[in-house]
Amino acid sequence: MTDTIDAIRNTTLTGSEILWATLVGEGVSTVFGYPGGAILPIYDALRKFPIHHVLVRHEQGASHMADGYARASGKVGVCMATSGPGATNLVTGLATAMLDSIPMVAITGQVSSKVLGSDAFQEVDITGITLPITKHNFLVTRAEDIAPTVRLAFQIAQDGRPGPVLVDITKDAQQASCIFNFEDAAPPPARPHPMLRAESGAILQAIELIKNAKKPIILAGHGINQSGAEAEVIAFAERMHIPVASTLLGLGSFPASHPLSLGMMGMHGESWVNNAIQEADLLLAFGMRFDDRVTGNLASYAQNAKKIHIEIDPSEINKNVKVDVALIGDLREVLQTLLPMLPASNDAAWLKQINASKGQAAVRDIVNLPDNGHLYAAHVIHDIWREAVAAGRETETIIVTDVGQHQMWEAQYFRHNAPRTLVTSGGLGTMGFALPAAIGAKMAAPEKDVWVIAGDGGFQMTAAELSTIVQEKLHINIAVINNGFLGMVRQWQEAFYDKNYSCSPILSPDFVKLADAHGIPAAHITQRKEVTPIVTKARTGSTPFLINFAVEKEDGVYPMIAPGSALHEMVRRPNPLIETAED
Amino acid sequence: MLHTFIALVDDKPGVLTRVASLFRRLSVNIVSLTVGESERDGVSRMTIVCEGAENAAHRIRASLYKLEVTREVDEVSRAEAVIRELCLIKVGAGPNSPHGVHSRTQIFELAQVFRARVVDLAPESIMLEMTGSASKIEGLLQVLRESSYEVLEVSRTGRMAMRRGHHTSKVLKALGTKTAAETPVAYPVRPEEDDLPNQFEEEEA
Ligand SMILES: Cc1ncc(C[n+]2csc(CCOP(=O)(O)OP(=O)(O)O)c2C)c(N)n1
Ligand SMILES: [Mg+2]
Repeated sequence: MTDTIDAIRNTTLTGSEILWATLVGEGVSTVFGYPGGAILPIYDALRKFPIHHVLVRHEQGASHMADGYARASGKVGVCMATSGPGATNLVTGLATAMLDSIPMVAITGQVSSKVLGSDAFQEVDITGITLPITKHNFLVTRAEDIAPTVRLAFQIAQDGRPGPVLVDITKDAQQASCIFNFEDAAPPPARPHPMLRAESGAILQAIELIKNAKKPIILAGHGINQSGAEAEVIAFAERMHIPVASTLLGLGSFPASHPLSLGMMGMHGESWVNNAIQEADLLLAFGMRFDDRVTGNLASYAQNAKKIHIEIDPSEINKNVKVDVALIGDLREVLQTLLPMLPASNDAAWLKQINASKGQAAVRDIVNLPDNGHLYAAHVIHDIWREAVAAGRETETIIVTDVGQHQMWEAQYFRHNAPRTLVTSGGLGTMGFALPAAIGAKMAAPEKDVWVIAGDGGFQMTAAELSTIVQEKLHINIAVINNGFLGMVRQWQEAFYDKNYSCSPILSPDFVKLADAHGIPAAHITQRKEVTPIVTKARTGSTPFLINFAVEKEDGVYPMIAPGSALHEMVRRPNPLIETAED
Repeated sequence: MLHTFIALVDDKPGVLTRVASLFRRLSVNIVSLTVGESERDGVSRMTIVCEGAENAAHRIRASLYKLEVTREVDEVSRAEAVIRELCLIKVGAGPNSPHGVHSRTQIFELAQVFRARVVDLAPESIMLEMTGSASKIEGLLQVLRESSYEVLEVSRTGRMAMRRGHHTSKVLKALGTKTAAETPVAYPVRPEEDDLPNQFEEEEA
């Protein structure tokens, strides 16, 4: 990489060549994109640079691939598209990355600067369109500005709270030439954030609250992984013997099998987790933002608890939940400051109390239901996890989910014990995310086993990327959890709309034949006993593999907190043993 | 309540949209927004007055900082600040206006009391220019209207604010840039008679 940069330092290059050279300099080896008129000069220059371009089937796919690449690796994901429709097709992926704070750089071609603003062919104001869904965006009209802007974009994407950055480059800037020097284009050091502070006063206050707490809980969010604070959180929890509840995006940051791990909190969190939060006397919010999906009704949320919020984004403080102490800064650094000041404690009474409350939930838990001939999605997912554990591949398996019931079952029944093993769209909840994001994840981590877990609805949204998988010869396994419904919508209609299943039954093609049309081996599974063998077959093969799991059609995700209800007011799963005894 | 922010932002195309769009996203109504050059090259200064809940200020300020174009944000709602607005008022003053031929002298007198200046005279109208706090400008407008003068046109700049006394720009300092404020300027502590108290403080009291 440095060879490429060295060889062309201070030579005259076209804007297009400068773009690729700058990407190489930033350490990019893979980009996801789709060509078109306004970006053709850039595509023409690609052959001279050591970068692999993945041709997607829809630009939305490119944006999710870059996102999946970033989530799996921690590096900046890069996607590109032409002007107009190419650029607008990136919008959903940019918004997805924005809401989950994913570092990403999107490059779009733009019409020539001379015709900007004239409604030229395939001109859209993409910087205007993406203004609220990018961390920042740029319009570049001169070749000289390409290297500094792209380098700045990489810095902004990763600095502080990460996010997507879009760089729109006019065609004339791509074609013009100027002298290239990678080093000279370095951005100034990231601006200091004047509101970042974890003042000694606040630190001491936090320590006092922690020392005096009898029922503390750590709320583990995405920020742990973003900050690389996994080890510090484990050390913190163990030192003070504090149980840990995770948000959806926090899963994997604290090992699910750790004795202090409670599991996922929130709308579909386990009863004991949400009850414990409601009963806690101290919440330690680590890099999470009290999203409405984790708090339930705010007025009744964790009323007994003092709250300490450690967060890098000052605008998140007191946004949804009023906190007692805010430590604004990088989570890892703040925890490193706090740790040596905390006395060790091994008071296990609180954890024992929480664990004791699990008993009743276990009776209702669907995974404890013996095989009764029905195929439950929860079983399928749990069996995929168990198969990975048995093969010693558990922490080497990345699950990429789509959005819906299967996503929540995944969160409940696949136990994530390593960071970056779950890739899922949390904040935006983007259906169609899984298949392309898995391609990005697999390219970022080829040595990992990558599974797509998608619903029959969401899978169809971006199924065209099957062809990309084949073209790129990627070994990605796909589990379609096929319930014949937009299941999550159906569940809400069941619960809140009198079972009026308006537009939620969905017809699907024969997914096995669809896979076959792509040259992807596939299987149709209807029995639980078939699950593990087929999962092993898919995992140990050398080609992609699709499994269509024909699961129970009208199953529900439980527990469930109705919107507006308090966190402890959950709707419980009807006892499955009783339910199945009837039929 | 009303919040007043001073934002130092990059002087580049599209910056105003970014700031305005942020307030739109937060559903915060902008009461007034003024933009102009500052003491530094490449840096614009905005004074933004908006309506928001008492506790909204922190989030607005933190969100402004999230914009990459923002260099510094100061919230002066509760601070000792000079807040001024410029207003141009065109008043009907021809022979056919309600006060007839006498209107001109009466408007001149009014202008004097309010320290407004007459900046244009036309056969049918007079233009006044006035600088002051918003409440003073509103005072003049109210008197004009209540004395049944015809207010033909009003153009207001919106509020501009500046802290009194020494104010160190922390960010600019951190960036290693010298600011005017680094050499403390002692402002004369003299009670200006045309200086109405900060009207936000008035409201809170
Ligand atoms: C792009 C998009 N459109 C609509 C929705 C609303 N939505 C959330 S879950 C869901 C149903 C998903 O159905 P399916 O993919 O079959 O998954 P299941 O819930 O059945 O597991 C829908 C329509 C969404 N999240 N994203
Ligand atoms: Mg479905």
